[in-house]
Order: sequence, then C-alpha cells, then structure tokens
Amino acid sequence: MCTTCGCGEGETKIEGDELHAHTHADGTTHSHPYAPGRTHTHAHARTVRLEQDILAKNDAYAAANRERFAARGILALNLVSSPGSGKTTLLVKTIEALQGKLPIAVIEGDQQTSMDAERIRATGAPAVQINTGKGCHLDAHMVGHALEKLPLEKGGVLMIENVGNLVCPAAFDLGEAGKVVILSVTEGEDKPLKYPDMFRAARLMLINKCDLLPYLQFDVEKAIGYARRVNPLIEVMRVSATTGEGMAEWLSWIEKGAAATSGK
Amino acid sequence: MHEMSLVEGVRELINDAAVREGFSRVKQVRVEIGELSGVEREAFAFCFDIVMKGGIADGARLEVIATPGRGRCAACKRETALAAIYDPCEHCGAYPVEVVGGTEMRVIDLEVE
Repeated sequence: MCTTCGCGEGETKIEGDELHAHTHADGTTHSHPYAPGRTHTHAHARTVRLEQDILAKNDAYAAANRERFAARGILALNLVSSPGSGKTTLLVKTIEALQGKLPIAVIEGDQQTSMDAERIRATGAPAVQINTGKGCHLDAHMVGHALEKLPLEKGGVLMIENVGNLVCPAAFDLGEAGKVVILSVTEGEDKPLKYPDMFRAARLMLINKCDLLPYLQFDVEKAIGYARRVNPLIEVMRVSATTGEGMAEWLSWIEKGAAATSGK
Repeated sequence: MHEMSLVEGVRELINDAAVREGFSRVKQVRVEIGELSGVEREAFAFCFDIVMKGGIADGARLEVIATPGRGRCAACKRETALAAIYDPCEHCGAYPVEVVGGTEMRVIDLEVE
C-alpha cells in the first residue's frame, strides 16, 4: 500500500516503482467503512445528500499537482491525440530544439511498454513512463506519483504525453496549464466533430505531418473550421516534426508560456 | 471506457460518505449525467454493477438523471437546445454555441441504511 495516500496495488505501473503503483480497480482499497467483525445496528433507510462531482477525487489530485507546478514555476502541458499522430516524435524534436534554453521533463503514458520514455531519455531529458494496463487515460493521481520520480527544474516545462485516445483523457484534469491536441493530416479532417469533447477541452491544436499534405486529400481549413465550431478560442498551428516546418511557432509558444509561468 | 474510472470515483465518494455519515448499506444511488458529458449511460450502468460488487453498494439500484444539453448562441445570444456540442443554434442556425448545461457528472444522493 502507498504510504502517501493509502492507495492499493492494481494494474498501473510507474517505472522505478513497480511494487507500489496501482489503480483502484479492486474495490477493497482505501478506508473501508464496513470493517469485518464490527458490530453495528441497522438504522432505518434514509437519504444522504451528496451533490458531489464524480470527478471530485481526481480534481483534488489535479489541484495538488497544479500547486506543485506553481510552487516551482513549471509550465505543465497535457498532450493528447489518437495513437500514431506523431506525439513522441514531436516531443523528441521539441526537446532537441530547446536544449540548453529550457529544461523539459516528460511523463509518458501508454498501456504497455516503456519504449516512449526510452526515446525521450535518449535526448538526455528525464522521463518517467506510466503504464496504465487496461486503463485508457492518465489520471491526476498517477501523475502525482510519477512526479515523485521526476526531477523538475524550476522554471522548466513538464510535458505529459497522454495515452493515445481522443475520448477518455478529455475528462481527466491532470493539473496541467493546458491541453494540446495533436491532429495529424493522415487522419480525417472531421476528427474535431467526431471527438468534440477533446477539441473543446484543448487550448491549442497542432496539425502535424504537414509535409505529407501534397499527397493527401486532407482539407486543413475544414479541420480548423470544425475545431473552432466546438471551441471558438482554440489556437491552431501547422507543423511537421519531421521537416521542422512550423516548429518555430510552436517552440516560441512554449517559451512564452514557460516565461509567463515562471514570472521571468 | 472511462466510465469504469468514473464509477470507481462514485464508489470512493460513497465509501467516504459512509465513514462520515455512519451507514453500512446503500440501496440506491442517484446520479446526474449530462447529455454532453461524454458519458455513455449504458456503459456507466454496466460498470456500476461490476464496480459495486463486494462493497457497501453491492446490488444498489442506480438511477441516472439525464440533464439535456443547453447552449447560448454567440450570434443571436439566445438559449438553444444542444444535442451535440457541435450543433448549430436552433433559432438562427449559426455556430458556435457556448455550452451552458448538460456537462454535469454528479452524485446527487444515496438511499442508505
């Protein structure tokens, strides 16, 4: 059992912490009000009003993460997309481009393997992999535990690469300053309407793999129109992590955000 | 399938309330799930039965109150019904429509003993 918050073991694994990581899938963890052998009398049926948000626990963990980031002046971004949009390549290129200018640490979320964290560590940046097992998204609690393993430099940036999934991660606040949704041009331009919750939750949309546009039918303006229909305020940038097209705008967006967060 | 995680969240709220309020059995759980919350109600109900097994709400009845989606049109400023967050305003046909209701995910109350 985790001594920090009392959570039990489950399928989630955080690198370097195989024994203590967990989800709350088994129903027997945390304080249980029905202790075996405890004597009690049966009261009459009554109604208990809760009026509590179902995500209240996650949101409390997210608030704790957010405080932690604020105390160190760290810009935390939650990167979300379908599988295969090029998130990890984009991250690797971003870290390489900002090397020596801005310290970046990474939390990698995938159902299985630590391949992505290894790709990040090859750049020299610290990274921790969270494997969610059967889980389809990262939650704020997992991120809180991953942070215990990750050195965060004051005034730096934390990139949280969520599990590739345009549905579930939309609902779970991790304590980030903003969600960045990555849409690659090899997907359909109608993704913002098919998965509107995610595009509504995001602050910035990166249209990635733009170098492939000459070979595809992808209509960029249509994709942007659809995204703005569900989220009029969403910022949009066209990039190619492979050729470097549009990367300067993205890098300067991060640098500005980091400077505003750290107050420099 | 984030419905599973959401139902686990409900279970934690119930367990916390049981300690606070001193009950040992939950007979009914009433939740409010907005039509625009991204939650599949069938999946939620399915996960509910599985997640509550063996706990104090094992066998409890789940009542889901579905709050309809509501929006305010950016163009004509009127309130409009919203079946999906990308729908146009029902009055003037314009986009975008700001969501003002239907994203709720709350536990309202429990019937306990």
